[in-house]
Amino acid sequence: MLSTSKLSYKYNNENPIVFPDINCGEGEGWLALGQSGCGKTTLLHLLGGLLRPQQGEILFQNQNIGNLPSNKLDKFRGKNIGIIFQQSHFVRSLSVMKNLLLAPYFANEGSNKDRAKDLLERLNIGHKANSKTNELSQGEQQRVAIARALMNKPKLILADEPTSALDDVNTNEVIQLLKENAKAENATLIVVTHDNRLKPHFENKIEL
Amino acid sequence: MNLLGLSASNLKAKPLNTLLSLILFALGVALISFILQMNHQLSENLRKNVAGIDLVVGAKGSPLQLILSSIYHVDFPTGNISLEEAKKVQKNPLVKSSIPLAMGDNFESYRIIGTTHDYVKLYNAQIDVGFLWKNDLDVTVGAAVAEKFDMHLYDKFVGAHGLTNDKIHVHDDQQFRVVGILKPTGSIIDQLILTNVSSVWRVHEEHDDHDHDDHEGHDHGDHEGHDHGDHSGHDHGDHDDHDHADHSGHDHESHDDHEGHDHAAHDDHSDHDNHSGHDHGDHSDHDHGDHSDHDHGDHDGHDHSGHDHKHAHAEPDLPPISEEGKEITSLLIEYRNPIAQINLPRIINSQTNLQAASPAFETARLMSITGMGANTLKYLAYAIIFLSGLSVFISLFGSLKDRKYELALMRVMGASKTKLFILTILQGLIIAIIGFVIGIVISHLALHFLSGAMAAQWHYSFSGFKLLPAEWAILAGALVVGFVAALFPAIVAYKTDISKTLSLA
Repeated sequence: MLSTSKLSYKYNNENPIVFPDINCGEGEGWLALGQSGCGKTTLLHLLGGLLRPQQGEILFQNQNIGNLPSNKLDKFRGKNIGIIFQQSHFVRSLSVMKNLLLAPYFANEGSNKDRAKDLLERLNIGHKANSKTNELSQGEQQRVAIARALMNKPKLILADEPTSALDDVNTNEVIQLLKENAKAENATLIVVTHDNRLKPHFENKIEL
Repeated sequence: MNLLGLSASNLKAKPLNTLLSLILFALGVALISFILQMNHQLSENLRKNVAGIDLVVGAKGSPLQLILSSIYHVDFPTGNISLEEAKKVQKNPLVKSSIPLAMGDNFESYRIIGTTHDYVKLYNAQIDVGFLWKNDLDVTVGAAVAEKFDMHLYDKFVGAHGLTNDKIHVHDDQQFRVVGILKPTGSIIDQLILTNVSSVWRVHEEHDDHDHDDHEGHDHGDHEGHDHGDHSGHDHGDHDDHDHADHSGHDHESHDDHEGHDHAAHDDHSDHDNHSGHDHGDHSDHDHGDHSDHDHGDHDGHDHSGHDHKHAHAEPDLPPISEEGKEITSLLIEYRNPIAQINLPRIINSQTNLQAASPAFETARLMSITGMGANTLKYLAYAIIFLSGLSVFISLFGSLKDRKYELALMRVMGASKTKLFILTILQGLIIAIIGFVIGIVISHLALHFLSGAMAAQWHYSFSGFKLLPAEWAILAGALVVGFVAALFPAIVAYKTDISKTLSLA
């Protein structure tokens, strides 16, 4: 489903970061643990097609995403990969609902309000659909980010430190929702973090 | 959700920046559109009113003034010319056709013009109701006049002496009768009250009597004081200081002793005519002398008949008025051939004491004078448009910093670089289009209201709601400014490095 081989990335004048080979199956949940500066975010960006690998390759559904032309990569990412960031970013001028609808719009999928409503309900923030994103709490923002990542029924969900800004209660809730919904959509979930609180939630782990 | 909606909501999210850009854009567009419209409508009006007139012949003075007064009916006439001399010009073989104009009265500041039916043909005016004037004191009124005063057939009204409505001299003993109303033409004829030339003479003949009484009753100081502006177009002309001397000289004789005075006056009159040929500059002066003399003559000649009918207003069978010693204000002339264009003005200007002025030439001169002011304003408008472009640029560029995560996020969701470019450009274009619309609305509303004021004051009408082709060119220009202003921010948006932006979070 998703596999990497001999993946490495080098920033200017720094030692190249070499990543262990990964092999994830469909619907599995994975935790990538590592200290700050060990290349966690770089790995996530490589897997998400935000960065192109300098060496090695990434095979996702038998597609070498490193070789896709820029425009096709954008479309591929929009359709197949949902990404959740450490800090939730939204288009601030739009409501929660409209932020969710941006995902299908940019991925050229039909606008699907029902799915957006459904996802918000499942994440217990249905009542915030028409709020502005900056009116939400951190926990609520992260839930909206999860809903947005799930909008296009992606095959792969990547989460970069999704719980680092949350307290223990919210951390448990958010990671639980993330796992449940990934499972429900039969999507592969990879959470990249240094947050040891998440260790007990995952069986599959990658040490960086 | 689409790019247009997204652009619009981005603009709405920064209301103050957007408002500033919009105001500047609208102001610049409004200014340019207003100048274009004014220029266009002014030249259109000027051109339309020249109709087929090749040459205007009138009293010596400013040629522009002659054109303004006889074609556009805005300025005062340069004075009057004797009918005798006018007839000589009319008989010139180089003249194909000519139309006399006699001015001197107004109704609520709308000019009453004594002329022939040819004047109506000149502007292709059609009769709406009634017919063209036939008898003395019958008038056919222009559409705008009829509408403004709600005039109907056979309505009667009293003209006031002079060309502006100061109501000092009202000919309340002479009533005009409306016998026809013209359809709107969009030219100056809409704003006029037309009658025959002898009606103007008749009113003034009566008026002269009236005036005489005045002279007796009032003291001269008073007369001097109030008559100035009023008179310049007139038989009476400006009773200047020297005129008074003249006047009082005659007065004693004329009051009681009509016959005795008569001959002397006639002699005087012809003398004056010859003299007046010499001093162009002071034509208003010479007019006076001229006028006061010949009026006395008239008065004498027709005194009795005039008096007899004084009370039978506007009766169709008024006895004809003698043309002897009469004056008109100007002649509108159509050339017979191209040679006339070269020779006729020269002949008239050098061999008679009349003045010939070309409407085309004077109108072009007028436009070049007003055009200079318009150009200055146009540069100001360009400067404002430039500022509005700058404002759009600063606003978009400033918001790029705040929005870089949003842009990266859109890329993550599958938006291509091109989409982000378009998104940013659209914001510039939206401001340009809305600014354009607001600007055009402002300028056309201003034009509309100004048109109302113009119609009341200058008897000129503008149409406020017609879009010129040149205004579509403004839209194109506005779009270019909006595009250029947004171009650099759009390129930055296009080049957004998603990974770098998101790792900095």
